[in-house]
Amino acid sequence: MSAEDIPKDYSESPINLEYFYTAGSATTRFLNQVKEGNIVGQGCPKCKAVYVPPRGSCPRCGVATDIEVPLTDKGCIESFTVVHIPIPGNPIVPPYVCAMIRLDGANISFLHLIQDVDIENIRIGMRIQAVWKPKEEWTHSLENIKWFAPIDEPDVDVATLRFHES
Amino acid sequence: MKRVAIVGYAQHPILKNAGALNEVELIMPVVHQLFNDLGISQKDIDFTCSGSCDYLQGAAFAFVEGLSAIQTNPPIKESHVEMDAAWAMYESMLKIQMGDAETALIYGFGKSSPGDLDAIISLQMDPYYISPLWPDRVSLAALQARVLLDQNVITSEQMLASVIEARANSKNNKNALITDLIDESDYLKNAMVSSPLNQLDCPPISDGSSAMIIASEEKAYEFTDHPIWIEGIDHRIESSNLGSRNLATSKTLQASMDQLNLKNIKFDVAELHTQFSHELPFLKSLLNLQDVPTNLSGGPLVGNVMMCAGLDAIGKTYESLKNNQFTHGLAHATSGPCLQHNMLVHLEAQK
Amino acid sequence: MIQAGVIGVGQTKYDAKRRDVSMAGLVREAIDNAMLAANLEWDAIDAVILGKAPDMFEGVIMPELYLADAIGAVGKPVLRVHTAGSVGGSTAVIAASHVCSGQFKTVLTVTFEKQSESNATWALSPRYPYSPHINAGAGGYFAPFIREYIRRYDAPEHIGWKVAAKDRQNALKNPLAHLHIPGIDEKMVSDTPMLWEPLRYLESCPSSDGACAMVITAQDQVGSRNVAWIKGMAVRSEGTLSAGRDEVNPQAGIDCAKDIYNQAGIHNPFNEIDCAEIYVPFSWYEPMWLENLGFCDLGEGWKLTDKDVTAIDGELPFNMSGGVLSSNPIGASGMIRFGEAALQVMGLAKDHQVEDAKVAMGHAYGGAAQFFAMWIVSSSLD
Ligand SMILES: [Zn+2]
Repeated sequence: MSAEDIPKDYSESPINLEYFYTAGSATTRFLNQVKEGNIVGQGCPKCKAVYVPPRGSCPRCGVATDIEVPLTDKGCIESFTVVHIPIPGNPIVPPYVCAMIRLDGANISFLHLIQDVDIENIRIGMRIQAVWKPKEEWTHSLENIKWFAPIDEPDVDVATLRFHES
Repeated sequence: MKRVAIVGYAQHPILKNAGALNEVELIMPVVHQLFNDLGISQKDIDFTCSGSCDYLQGAAFAFVEGLSAIQTNPPIKESHVEMDAAWAMYESMLKIQMGDAETALIYGFGKSSPGDLDAIISLQMDPYYISPLWPDRVSLAALQARVLLDQNVITSEQMLASVIEARANSKNNKNALITDLIDESDYLKNAMVSSPLNQLDCPPISDGSSAMIIASEEKAYEFTDHPIWIEGIDHRIESSNLGSRNLATSKTLQASMDQLNLKNIKFDVAELHTQFSHELPFLKSLLNLQDVPTNLSGGPLVGNVMMCAGLDAIGKTYESLKNNQFTHGLAHATSGPCLQHNMLVHLEAQK
Repeated sequence: MIQAGVIGVGQTKYDAKRRDVSMAGLVREAIDNAMLAANLEWDAIDAVILGKAPDMFEGVIMPELYLADAIGAVGKPVLRVHTAGSVGGSTAVIAASHVCSGQFKTVLTVTFEKQSESNATWALSPRYPYSPHINAGAGGYFAPFIREYIRRYDAPEHIGWKVAAKDRQNALKNPLAHLHIPGIDEKMVSDTPMLWEPLRYLESCPSSDGACAMVITAQDQVGSRNVAWIKGMAVRSEGTLSAGRDEVNPQAGIDCAKDIYNQAGIHNPFNEIDCAEIYVPFSWYEPMWLENLGFCDLGEGWKLTDKDVTAIDGELPFNMSGGVLSSNPIGASGMIRFGEAALQVMGLAKDHQVEDAKVAMGHAYGGAAQFFAMWIVSSSLD
């Protein structure tokens, strides 16, 4: 029996829906700065925790993060994974390193790529800095940062990164 | 059975396009308004429950994003229904009745503006037989409107009156999206969307959020001198197969009326989750509300935030009882095509 | 408070693609099994509580509407719960709350996922504007937390292989499990390709179709039925991006466990709980949850796993059914934990029964390890 003779026991019913995404006002403030090559976190008026990228709130306190906190593009690797399978719809070729990036002065981390280093040398606590795309390619996205790359500074003890209310 | 009361309700202004506001920014203001009104904080809340629908925004976990609006340190007792927030209130009430909570915060949010609501709601239907045909929400409602008209359950004059009254009543609702008045000639000028429903018979695409706080009898009086009691509540679903339903009536609403023993209650006010103009006269007749002021807020025809509009009907009934010298109010929430799933809430202000 | 108990658990056969049934057929398979186990007629069911993870997994919005007939809910109240991966557990808690509130005598609850109808990794990682598109599904998200656990407590890599092999060996005793891998052992796990370091292919959960249902009733309705009494149940949540949150050992999990132990009068969970079905979608979550749930001190979890304490014949068996690592219809996975815990104390777990199990725990988590639901069931009411 050839493949065509086997009765098909399913049918395809594709669903295509289009959405107009909006970033939200806190994220818009952040992305307007990212477009200029600046990283500006948002601070909680109560506990002073700094969020980057911001969602507009501090879930510790349940209030809006309305304090702008300029940060540098340096930080450390809080943790990471080496991904060996492709991301659906993304041309990036495995294996690649996806890391929780903790910028200096920030109290949460975000996921981004690590490159310009042999994968086996990547460590938790390693110091890193953003590698930006050429300025003319900058847009309203953290993709302005191509990836983060190690810098020649001593490792950080990530246990010291845990936020405590002062 | 433990008694449960509504002690506060807040509604975000209903927007045509909340564009610049994310989930957090929609939810936080209404929650803070409630907390400020009652002089409390999240720490006074024992259980939190929300209602929302991922597909409206096209995000797999919109409710997770929304939770960031709430203080969750220390961690909270929390849950979420992928339903109108009226059902989040229902779940919260059970938590109070079982003794797991004395107070509960309920919130709902919905942004219909980012997507194509007609296409999205098509995905509520049977995925093998019906959804692939992409029936839009207005056409589904129109099927029921046609049945009601043909069987003389309602008249087209009543549909027109629903639209005109909704807009006139919008003056009572500072959060209404649509406030301009119209007359019969304006109505007739509008193009049919799906016969017999024209543009004005349908609710506007709306973005917004709402929040409510309910409490046990012991706690309610700590928050307010005028709690409004959930005297009765019942909800039931009908078949998904439209062909097997009698669209000219609602067996489940009749069952809920019997269950709540509503026939002997003289209601002062009612707010019904009637999204299309034909649904108002239909439900008024079915629920014996012909002489009861209904949808004084304007109802869904002047602002219809998906996943909130049912909670809003309860909230607006609460406000009516609280702000007027009313005793009995009836609220209705619905879900699904052609009023498939209905909740009735009998609210009472103690005299 | 009104006492409630589980009088019927029903499950489907779990598989990658259950193309022999529709979504309605899948949930009904579990429901029929639960109703038969409970020995009840439909009239006895007062309400139906449905749970599942994101609607995008199947492309059906608010499926309680479409499924109203299949789940026997027509004319009755129905509630649809969605709390991410913890939903199977939180749905059970909410179903029991219906009974404990005094509003309902007997309820039916069902959870399902039919992942083959869509693409789960796609549904979890859609391409949003503004943010780098680097999220490679749930494994890519949880792997960094696992790496941090391993770093903190200097755990050896074979622990992950060991959990993966143990749960799959248990699955061989459970005919409903999705994965049946003959001869599975640590070596076989360690030979599989790396997906998200440190997680290898066989250290990760499968993607399954399946449903799980339970009938829960009030004490005065039980009659002579075999019952798993619910001695404690709780949910806890914490915000995803919250400064100071410890993703490796979330406070919400710690608090939720303490809550159910208090309700059940348990002082020493390691000694007083006979077995547990714990949500372990990636191998390392077994030692991580051993610690988070208070079965041992921080850093001791991997040592318990290493000493075979969690084996089916160990002191504290974990995931006798094969766990999430062997069957993962996401929306149902939590309820399977809760239902399997009930089956153990009812003595109905057949080939994967823990001898003389009297007190069992069911556990589920979801989101970014931020949503928790748990319960304790017991063979006796005292
Ligand atoms: Zn704060």
